[in-house]
Amino acid sequence: MNWVEIVSIIGAAVAVSFGALGPALGQGRSVAAALDAIARQPEAGNTISRTLFVGLAMIETTAIYCLVVALLLLFANPFRG
Amino acid sequence: MIESPLAVHVVFTLGPVPITTPVVATWGIMLLLAGGAWLLTRKLTLRPSAAQACLELVVETLEDQIRDTMRTEPEPYLPLIGTLFLYVFVSNWSSLVPGVEPPTAKLETDAALALIVFVSVIGFGIHVRGLRGYLRSFAYPTLVMVPLNLLENITRTFALMVRLFGNVMSGVFVIGIVLSLVGLLVPVPLMALELLTGAVQAYIFSVLAMVFIGGAVEETPSPSPQQESES
Repeated sequence: MNWVEIVSIIGAAVAVSFGALGPALGQGRSVAAALDAIARQPEAGNTISRTLFVGLAMIETTAIYCLVVALLLLFANPFRG
Repeated sequence: MIESPLAVHVVFTLGPVPITTPVVATWGIMLLLAGGAWLLTRKLTLRPSAAQACLELVVETLEDQIRDTMRTEPEPYLPLIGTLFLYVFVSNWSSLVPGVEPPTAKLETDAALALIVFVSVIGFGIHVRGLRGYLRSFAYPTLVMVPLNLLENITRTFALMVRLFGNVMSGVFVIGIVLSLVGLLVPVPLMALELLTGAVQAYIFSVLAMVFIGGAVEETPSPSPQQESES
């Protein structure tokens, strides 16, 4: 196992772990805010949850980017000779 | 060694064209959806049967969602959005059938779907606002925004593709890994989670298509929060 492979594996692990941190915090905040809003105004629940879902998908995209980068490092590494 | 999630298997070659497993699964789902719709809509009556009532419920829910999200009449957009939603939904849930891998877990299918949305945004924008009106919408609010708006059009299509691919593929991948570690019953909760993710992703894909098309056909484009956070 050469250096490029070792560094790629470590890079993939770091990408996924740190890439999961930020979106997790962001999603927690947005769900908390949406629950608060629904508790205050239950009649607006439909609109709020639709917007929440779309927003969650947007936040989640950053984590998915990290996952895709990690998979590229592991399976389609352009630097592996 | 687990095989790469980016690789595709060639089932057979049709002349010079290699036919891969996602293509076969896609044609199966297309046959299922189109054939099912044809069979169920042959005998439409004013007093609906059970199957017809179910179909009407689906169509009316889609219409309501389009009306709520785009704030226009859903008529011109229902075929495209409805087909996108049903196709992505059925294809995400096709992992329930043993031996079938969802076609949306492959990058090429998602790229095709995102490209359909990209082209239809331009098509609907030109159709509703005219060529000049649509081009002028890129220069909103000032002329400086033109490169950014053009870039946003491309990056959000790319994000649409990668989002669907990443979600569905990661589900399939995780189930594969767990299945190779412990065989019996342990992957079942993960598969249930995967079904939930598949349904939510189908919903999100069609909502984003609605938002993009809605942004293109709007008279005075106002930056909605969904589009803001995209780029």
